[in-house]
Amino acid sequence: MIDLVNLFIKAVFVENLALTFFLGMCTFLAVSKKIGTALGLGIAVVVVQSLTIPINNLIYRFLIRDGALAWAGLSEMSLDFLGLITYISVIAAVVQVLEMFLDRYVPSLYNSLGIFLPLITVNCAILGGCLFMVERDYNFSESVTYGVGSGVGWALAIVAMAGVREKLKYSDIPAGLQGLGVAFITAGLMALGFMAFSGIQL
Amino acid sequence: MSYEHRKILIDPIVDNNPVILQVLGICSALAVTSKLSTTITMCIALTVVTACSNAAISVIRNHIPSSIRIIVQMTIISSLVIVTDQFIKAYAFTISKDLSVFVGLIITNCIVMGRAEAYAMKHPPLPSFLDGLGNGLGYSALLMVIGVIRELLGSGSLFGYQILLLERDGGWYVPNGLLLLPPSAFFLIGMIIWVVRSWKPAQVEEPEYRIYHAPRPEVAS
Repeated sequence: MIDLVNLFIKAVFVENLALTFFLGMCTFLAVSKKIGTALGLGIAVVVVQSLTIPINNLIYRFLIRDGALAWAGLSEMSLDFLGLITYISVIAAVVQVLEMFLDRYVPSLYNSLGIFLPLITVNCAILGGCLFMVERDYNFSESVTYGVGSGVGWALAIVAMAGVREKLKYSDIPAGLQGLGVAFITAGLMALGFMAFSGIQL
Repeated sequence: MSYEHRKILIDPIVDNNPVILQVLGICSALAVTSKLSTTITMCIALTVVTACSNAAISVIRNHIPSSIRIIVQMTIISSLVIVTDQFIKAYAFTISKDLSVFVGLIITNCIVMGRAEAYAMKHPPLPSFLDGLGNGLGYSALLMVIGVIRELLGSGSLFGYQILLLERDGGWYVPNGLLLLPPSAFFLIGMIIWVVRSWKPAQVEEPEYRIYHAPRPEVAS
């Protein structure tokens, strides 16, 4: 149990997807102008991340991994090379199903998330999470923890960034640095701050 | 090569750089630049994938129903990325270990998707191929600049060969450890954006709020 708590803390702070691995940077910089929208996107990412990583974990361990097809009598077969295309299809499918589900049962949330849901398919944080899960060979319970943790970490980073940028727009910035330039430097400072968490173990 | 073709190829490198101006493809760009050998592998991989996917999508652009176009584009791109990934694993295994998940992440790299959606769906194959090549080169140009700065000043070497003699080996150069850490890439890109925009003021963004200089009160005399 303590291992899972440790993994969760690590996924949220130490190995924050946005600020230590730079995943999902495009959306991170584009959608972090207002706290409200940033929070909506953050919640959507948490939901998608905590669904797709466990699903991909099951597919990886029972279909794709080297020797995983032993239960079907094909122990020397490896579908490793189909990994990437499978994970991205699962992500696209989960996002689509989630979109239809929200549209039918929770229309208020669907309307507030709006354009962000389909965009999540091409958010590298989701695919990156799946690939890290495969690379580190997590089992099922670890993958659930890692999915929730990394989603929460990404959401935390984008909301914090939006908070900083909301204050920043009243400041006097040199013309060439206005907008994108200063957003990069802010993200860099935040990443330096997050490095303070490195090495924390429970 | 006609004038238009050359323009399609050259334009994205400085005037319309995908990373600096269109804010695309920063996702996997930053994490691979601490060493020049990984940087250049990543650049070649991305350029090949962008050019080929643009050409392939452009060939079948009239047969793709618009409702499922994202899935079709995704399938083409991920097949190309799988080929690239297997190729790098076969011929440059240590570099593929260093790149870890970032080759796979080319699938979700916004440059590839963005160019497929914005250009290849509307233009014939040859210009689309050149557009993909040009955008890949624009991305590579920025990454190479960052990679050179980070490796040269961070560990005093280029491609692993020692250029500046380090102090701990009896030389004079004290390496700047910050440049090997991930956050430094953010600062460098921020600075590069500043330089490019001072050079080409048309790219400067308008501030949302201007500082209001209050008129000085009239002193009754």
